[in-house]
Amino acid sequence: MLELSCAVIIAVALNVYLLLGGADYGGGVWDLLATGTRKERQRRLIERSIGPIWEANHVWLIAAIVFLFTAFPPAFSRIMTFLHLPLLLMLLGIVFRGSAFAFRSYEARVDFRRRWGTVFAAASLLTPVLLGTVIGAIAWGRVDGELTSAAVFLTCWLGVFPLSVGVYALAMVAFLAATYLTVEAEEEDLQEDFRRRALLSALFLGFMAAWVLGVASFQAPEILEDLTRTRWSWALHAVTAASALGAMAALWRRHFHLARALAALQVSLIVWGWAFSQYPHLVKPDLTLYEAAAPAVTLRLLLIILAVGSLILAPSLYYLFRVFGKIGGPGAPAKNGT
Amino acid sequence: MDDLLAARSQMAISLMFHIIFAVVGIATPFMMFISEALWLKTGNPIYLALTKRWAKGTAIFFAVGAVSGTVLSFELGLLWPQFMEWAGAIIGMPFSLEGFAFFTEAIFLGLYLYAWNRIPPLAHLFAGLMVAVSGAASAVFVVTANAWMNTPRGFEMSQGRPVNIDPIAAMLNPAAFPEVLHMLLASYAAVGLAVAGIHSFVLLRHPNDRFHRAALSIALLVGGPAVLLQPISGDISARMVARTQPVKLAAMEGQFRTEAGAPLRIGGWPDPEKRETRWAIEIPKGLSLLAYHDPNAVVRGLDDFDPALHPPVKIVHVAFQVMVACGMLMAAVVLAAGILVIRRKGLPENRRLLQALVLVSPLGLVAIQAGWFVTEVGRQPWIIQGVMFTRDAVTPMPGLIVPMTVITLIYLLLGVVVLILLKQQVLLTTPSKAVNQEGTQDA
Repeated sequence: MLELSCAVIIAVALNVYLLLGGADYGGGVWDLLATGTRKERQRRLIERSIGPIWEANHVWLIAAIVFLFTAFPPAFSRIMTFLHLPLLLMLLGIVFRGSAFAFRSYEARVDFRRRWGTVFAAASLLTPVLLGTVIGAIAWGRVDGELTSAAVFLTCWLGVFPLSVGVYALAMVAFLAATYLTVEAEEEDLQEDFRRRALLSALFLGFMAAWVLGVASFQAPEILEDLTRTRWSWALHAVTAASALGAMAALWRRHFHLARALAALQVSLIVWGWAFSQYPHLVKPDLTLYEAAAPAVTLRLLLIILAVGSLILAPSLYYLFRVFGKIGGPGAPAKNGT
Repeated sequence: MDDLLAARSQMAISLMFHIIFAVVGIATPFMMFISEALWLKTGNPIYLALTKRWAKGTAIFFAVGAVSGTVLSFELGLLWPQFMEWAGAIIGMPFSLEGFAFFTEAIFLGLYLYAWNRIPPLAHLFAGLMVAVSGAASAVFVVTANAWMNTPRGFEMSQGRPVNIDPIAAMLNPAAFPEVLHMLLASYAAVGLAVAGIHSFVLLRHPNDRFHRAALSIALLVGGPAVLLQPISGDISARMVARTQPVKLAAMEGQFRTEAGAPLRIGGWPDPEKRETRWAIEIPKGLSLLAYHDPNAVVRGLDDFDPALHPPVKIVHVAFQVMVACGMLMAAVVLAAGILVIRRKGLPENRRLLQALVLVSPLGLVAIQAGWFVTEVGRQPWIIQGVMFTRDAVTPMPGLIVPMTVITLIYLLLGVVVLILLKQQVLLTTPSKAVNQEGTQDA
């Protein structure tokens, strides 16, 4: 039970990271793809919307990593050893995204802003692809602890299935960001821009879902089996599909708050669909969460720290999101116009 | 370069880069808090402008620090998977607590930087305080984890594996308090004096500028006491090292032979061939006195230990000398400033003092780097003192020189860009104009 609780917490952290941090990367993707006469206004909206919260959103990833190595050290060790290369590339993306965003925000010169703006946007595109690839590789089952040759450091992740999951993750963050931005845009023309982008990326996301399932059926049929193991999994997938259709309908009919909620639900359910299909494995094909778990005393302490820490964290996070109008209405009014 | 050396170099470069951003994140929020409190109390717009200027400068440091810290949390596993597999359950606790502290810091930093005119002034001041407190708390937890590597506690060994794990006892290891205290004081000392130096530089050209005068006072208020307290903390650390890691102490001091009444060596160059440290100024019985508070205490020399377990003595000794020398120079300048304040003489009128402050301003950061060389290189060949060798912890992945080179080049690039941005922020705006501008403009 302790083991399962800790694994669930790691999945929650990854889920929230995808919803919040992921959407910040999605914002960068739309910065890269900004077009038309409203290009600069789109970019300003994205910058304003990410600015105050990206660092807090980013911590969910660090939380997931730290919980993983505290609660399941052998799983952490194996993932970090075998997936060294995609993780290193992902880190480069994280470094460039964060630094470039800060550099751009604090400098007025146009050429400087443009150069680092491009770095920010390109890194925002690559990072979620690599994160998705890492998760795809963990599900793929070739991170099996056998170091037969140095080529394993490439072959355990460089395949059609993991890379497809990478693009799938990119589709998710782009869809989330566009949907969130329809709520955050204050002018109607910008809202329409992001409504179109949200609808297009919803279609792309649907296509990628089908593509990933298709690749799995050829390359890794056991993943399909795990995804449809019980009646509960079918119910989960049905709700996922329903929220996907619901999000698109809400976007179409311009119920943007509803669309945002359904989009977040849809992406969360995808994460949980993956998490349930992994159970009881942390790393496929053979490392289960029960084998990899740290001693009970460590797990118990970790859960206590989490409970106590949340008492500080939850109200602080609520306040942050409330002040900047991310939840519960338009937020605290900015005096003398920011 | 073999893979082990490449991995060690990459870790060293990542830590050397990150620590600069980390200490700025610990100390500047405290300075901004003082400045903002003064603005609320006095209504003097100079303090508001100063708070905003510092906030603008440090926002870049926070962002780069957040991402370079992320790199480190992954590198623990990417480079040292065997270490993390062995120790994760024991020292995951301080890392988890650090995660919470960093979370709190990031949340209130977002409010602090972006909500100037969205939340009430006292709420904003409180956000600043939270950033300062959680920044310091992060340092406490991370340094506690490092201290465990030097004095591992809270487990028993059974067939090479840890059993009977006690994560609380691991956190309360003997090196934790001395190391934490030394690092926190170092952060305030180094950043306080670095900022004081920057503003002294401007004051040399514009001696009457009230903005930079206020900045200098607050920076010295934060940095000065920390510089003067650091020798006490250093003494606590040195005695802990003498008790728990005698080889490291011997390397720090260039002490080859075991002797009673060992001298304190200032400077000098250890010669491992001849088993002596040459050209040092020796203070008789000084080392025995400092390490054990007894002039005739026996100090164990390197010769007492298996040569295979010696750290690289030249690096450790020289780094230790550099750290102490930097600290002494900083203390001398702070003492001079203190005497001027007691005699009620204005600091900015004294050009000599301003020049001295400019000269010592980088020394705190140099001392921090040197000090971490002492701690980390001085523990070699162990990654966990007495338990696991660094060479047994490294990843089996080949070609580690490539990631090491890539990380180095990227950090060089980022370092240069941060310096350029900082120069523009702090130096190029003429002071009087800055107050008018920032007093009216939003952050």
